[in-house]
Amino acid sequence: MTVVAAELEPSTASALARLGSGLRRNPTIFAGVLLLAALAALALLAPWLTADPFKQAPINRLRPPSERFWFGTDQFGRDVFARTIHGARVSLVVGISVALVSSALGLALGLMCGYFRRIDGVVMRVMDGLMAIPSILLAIALITLTRPGLGIVIAAIVIPEVPRVVRVVRSVVLTIRSQPYIESAIAGGTRNFKLLARHILPNTVGPLIVQATYVCASAMLIEAGLSFLGAGVPPEIPSWGNIIAQGRTFFQIAPWTILIPGAFLALTVLAVNLLGDGLRDRLDPRLARRM
Amino acid sequence: MTAYILRRLLATIPVMAVVAMFVFFLLRLAPGDPAAIIAGEDATAEAIAQVREKLGLDRPVLEQFALWLVGLAQGDFGTSIFSNMPVGRLIMQRLEPTVALTLSTLVVALALAIPVGILAAANARGLVDRIVMGFAVLGFACPVFLVGYVLIYVFAVRLGWLPVQGYRPLSEGILPFLEGLVLPSLALGLTYMALIARITRASMLEVLSEDYIRTARSKGLATRRVLMLHALKNAAVPIVTVIGIGIALLISGVVITETVFNIPGLGRLTVDAVLKRDYPIVQGLIIVFAGAKVLVNLLIDLSYAFLDPRIRY
Repeated sequence: MTVVAAELEPSTASALARLGSGLRRNPTIFAGVLLLAALAALALLAPWLTADPFKQAPINRLRPPSERFWFGTDQFGRDVFARTIHGARVSLVVGISVALVSSALGLALGLMCGYFRRIDGVVMRVMDGLMAIPSILLAIALITLTRPGLGIVIAAIVIPEVPRVVRVVRSVVLTIRSQPYIESAIAGGTRNFKLLARHILPNTVGPLIVQATYVCASAMLIEAGLSFLGAGVPPEIPSWGNIIAQGRTFFQIAPWTILIPGAFLALTVLAVNLLGDGLRDRLDPRLARRM
Repeated sequence: MTAYILRRLLATIPVMAVVAMFVFFLLRLAPGDPAAIIAGEDATAEAIAQVREKLGLDRPVLEQFALWLVGLAQGDFGTSIFSNMPVGRLIMQRLEPTVALTLSTLVVALALAIPVGILAAANARGLVDRIVMGFAVLGFACPVFLVGYVLIYVFAVRLGWLPVQGYRPLSEGILPFLEGLVLPSLALGLTYMALIARITRASMLEVLSEDYIRTARSKGLATRRVLMLHALKNAAVPIVTVIGIGIALLISGVVITETVFNIPGLGRLTVDAVLKRDYPIVQGLIIVFAGAKVLVNLLIDLSYAFLDPRIRY
């Protein structure tokens, strides 16, 4: 081991050491990242790892899990292992896209509301109204009016998630704004844009990342819920919600078609939540003490 | 106090106005032609025009909005596109199962989660605490339908103790009514229980480190008395706040739980309306659900005065 360490560039070695000790101090982040990395690898390599998730084979219908079909087959003889692994792609894409888009929108709105007090009242009333609508129903309303598709599902989940990000960012901005160093910067004639970008924005990064992980977890649960209800991604796409919805009819004789994709969903959400809890303890100690 | 109640009541008006505006303008601003989408894939131009007329999309926007608000204020939620029934009546018909399910979940969740949270706080860092917190973390990750199907599989299919699916109205007797609600309430309540157990534990831990708790202990009061009378009372405000926040979880979960357990309530009505793209029903349901959430939060706000006499309005 010492030989290997000596051969590494000094900076790389110390970076690795720092990473190692960091992970030891934050086991929840480590567990979350490890689980997510494994799931992401499975999702990326799905086409090479599994059989065709769409291939129907009526002769093999409703087979229980076995050496040949690890997770069994569904009522059309499709391989549940192949479908579940491909389902990971949909969940990860939805979770990450919703987290990114809602963070970007929420950050922009939150900065503006916290800084320019004139628009604050109006925007926050709209946010309060949006937050009064349960998120799955808000998504359902939009989906009723459009043609099904992955993009629409992502947009439909972004709308209810944005207000939650706005609130977090806004509260950080309000706290920072009253600090003496901001007042001195204003007195020194710093322009609004520079003040926001240089002095306020960096303070929002920590809470924003933490909130983004929770948005990601919630988005994956909502997508699965929507697909399960038949109002999510088109039924021919093997997402976990769709696989579970299609397994409902034969649940009593083939419970694996529901329990296995469901367990994968729970595990993914658990991994994202662990990552979020760990990051919260690291980045936002004020919030951490409260929970 | 009266002034405060009035002020809080008035504050709900802008929130509900935004909700009403949102569902109204969503239909007008949705990408593509909603009337064509609602009418279906191979609808004739005539059928599309008919849907447009039913939705009032053929009239000027401001006139439509005024009509919609006046109707809402009079309790008129519009008319279903497919059954031509008033949406208000459709909602009333399906109200009982959903109210029963939500209330029983609330009771089950509070009855289980608060004692468990207290127990965890009293044994902080002990075995019970670790198990409870582990379950809480799992509870946040488990989707409602997974919990529902696991419960059905274990308690209905394998053990045969409870009915698999379905709903028996209260008029058919209290026992079958309650039997049908056990599994759905547990499935719907799991995440809610995790939330409440966690905040109860955190809130109790904070209070238990206060001086007056040490005084109560040192004058020889029984542990249970200290926990229940001295600590829980002072830990109540954050717990009640989270009970209110969590109502959103229950409302969202109702839609999925009713589908899993085949309960003919508002959740099923929502899903059927989405599948038929019956927008007026979806619109009415959103107003009702958002109104319920706003009302619960109002009650929670008012309850603070009773829980903590130091809070004065």
